[in-house]
Amino acid sequence: MTTQTTRKYLRERFMPHIWCAGCGHGTVLNALIRAFEALGMSRNEIVMVSGIGCSSRITGYVDVHTLHTLHGRALAFATGVKLSKPELNVIVPMGDGDALAIGGNHFIHAARRNIALTALVMNNRIYGMTGGQYSPLSGYGISATTAPYTSIDPDFDVVALSMAAGATFVARTTTYHVNEMFDFFQKAILHEGFAVVEVLTQCPTYFGRKNKMGNAADMLTYYKENTVALGARSEKEHPHMIKRGIFIQEEKPEYCSQYDKVMERAQKGRP
Amino acid sequence: MTGDEACAEGALAAGCRFFGGYPITPATEIAEHMAERLPQLGGTFIQMEDEIAAIASVLGAAWAGQKGMTATSGPGFSLMMENVGLAVCTETPCVIVNVQRAGPSTGLPTMGAQADMMQARWGSHGHYEIIALAPSSAQEIFYQTITAFNLSERYRTPVFIMTDEIIGHMSEKVIIPAADRIQTEWRPKPSGRKDRFLLYKPGKNGVAPMPAAGEGYNVHVTGLTHDERGYPEMSVDTQAQMMDRLCRKILDNRDDIIMTESHHLDDAEIVLVSYGISSRTSMAAMQQARAMGLKVGFLRLITVWPFAEAQISALAERVKGFVTVEMNLGQIHLEVMRAANGKVPCHLVGHPGGTIIAPDQVIATLKEAF
Ligand SMILES: Cc1ncc(C[n+]2csc(CCOP(=O)(O)OP(=O)(O)O)c2C)c(N)n1
Ligand code: SF4
Repeated sequence: MTTQTTRKYLRERFMPHIWCAGCGHGTVLNALIRAFEALGMSRNEIVMVSGIGCSSRITGYVDVHTLHTLHGRALAFATGVKLSKPELNVIVPMGDGDALAIGGNHFIHAARRNIALTALVMNNRIYGMTGGQYSPLSGYGISATTAPYTSIDPDFDVVALSMAAGATFVARTTTYHVNEMFDFFQKAILHEGFAVVEVLTQCPTYFGRKNKMGNAADMLTYYKENTVALGARSEKEHPHMIKRGIFIQEEKPEYCSQYDKVMERAQKGRP
Repeated sequence: MTGDEACAEGALAAGCRFFGGYPITPATEIAEHMAERLPQLGGTFIQMEDEIAAIASVLGAAWAGQKGMTATSGPGFSLMMENVGLAVCTETPCVIVNVQRAGPSTGLPTMGAQADMMQARWGSHGHYEIIALAPSSAQEIFYQTITAFNLSERYRTPVFIMTDEIIGHMSEKVIIPAADRIQTEWRPKPSGRKDRFLLYKPGKNGVAPMPAAGEGYNVHVTGLTHDERGYPEMSVDTQAQMMDRLCRKILDNRDDIIMTESHHLDDAEIVLVSYGISSRTSMAAMQQARAMGLKVGFLRLITVWPFAEAQISALAERVKGFVTVEMNLGQIHLEVMRAANGKVPCHLVGHPGGTIIAPDQVIATLKEAF
């Protein structure tokens, strides 16, 4: 649901968007701008920094200060923005390849620093922009243009990886669970530290077609039937289902406020 | 102080308040000095996870309204190249110091060279214009770093300082003038209605005003080919227009950007061309040659890129030849040849790197060739 006030966050002059019909990335855009609205955020306090990929094009459609940078490097770029103006809310949407293949090193280090960035991993388990190659989140047995005999690469668990690297807010949801996504986005934005929201999002054009997942609606049904909310009764009954929810939400010293202390120490005794 | 420290102090004097770095010999001392000094001045130092992240953080800081710098050497310089292109394309001011060491690869980490000059010119993919300066002493690196920031802000472009291990590690007397005697520039700032602002509509000098995040302009900055509004547009015409403006903003202002120093060019028959540490060799060689009665002059390139083509072409009309002195096996030498355009012979006194070139080598070439 997009109201008139939500639309102020949309850069309609950049439309039509580049995404395929049925792509999940648009659902992420919708939940994100609704989260901005629900939090009463001014457009001037938001910066979005993205890399390269179908998912990264989301920055073009949000009418805030947007930086569309290099494949994999958005978090490093965003670190410079945030440290220079800590008062800004810096949102970093990334594709799965963007965040965890080429950008994997920046991802774990941004998490380790616990710098207050909101990292959104739009995980469609494939390289959409380049036409359907496997990603580090595809997982074993997946068909892709570069895995014609199916993939032998195990995948990362984004949640476990983020937590191990030091992220202090980590959640997972899907494009089927839009209200949950809307809720997690708000919590992630408000979180004082490195926040990761992994969103399972469908790429019907490549992942769906290559892996006989059906159309977008079938893929959404798959998310509905194969994921389970943390703490739900069915969680124990279905231990192998993908878990959704907030896995960690804790307060730890945030990087920019730690840097303030460095400045204090450096300036001690100086006029 | 050392050349590296003088570079850091020059950056601070220029108003640099952000440094993103990654340690590498012989540039580490710049990062160390910035780590100590920046927080004292309310600025930000961060050691990133690699050089790609280091320069990316500097570009991010620039879009948040800061003046930022990074410093590295060969291997790190190679890693930075994709981001250099992003800075060119998005017109992001930043200063990148390369304290050159001998390569290729890990090469001689603790020994100087000047062999990244062509990488500075063409290291990132695509066609573009760039500014690179080459200091020859610790005092000069202090001033050149300020100039680098000023040029970078004036033209909204990355500027390289192509120094080397020898200058970086050498201790010399450096005089730091009072802050009010140092001229610092800032990128042009937008004015007028924010909702009508066009991100890449050029003003004076072909340079567009640059808003910072948080100022309410809500622009889209992209490394995709974009139009005046900053919108990505995948068209041949937009590409041609964008490229034309990006290149012309540098080329049309060459008179302002190119700095050289002339010694005895009035009566010179043979002209030494050199820059950076090798200009010290050349200066000594010129003096020795003059004492021997040879009419040798010396053109020192302070700005290496854009190249002082017009000046060399003009000299080629009246001198008997050029000798380029540089610590590589012929990079600027080829540019001198190109500018001389076959009118007079061009010789190289080069070196694969690791040690300074001795003036005797220049004298030997002068005797042999002319
Ligand atoms: C340095 C570099 N390498 C490769 C590419 C080509 N490339 C563009 S997008 C992309 C992957 C996109 O996949 P993902 O990040 O998962 O996002 P999606 O398009 O699926 O949303 C690649 C490999 C590039 N732009 N830059
Ligand atoms: S290729 Fe896939 S990820 Fe890209 S827009 Fe199409 S559906 Fe979305």
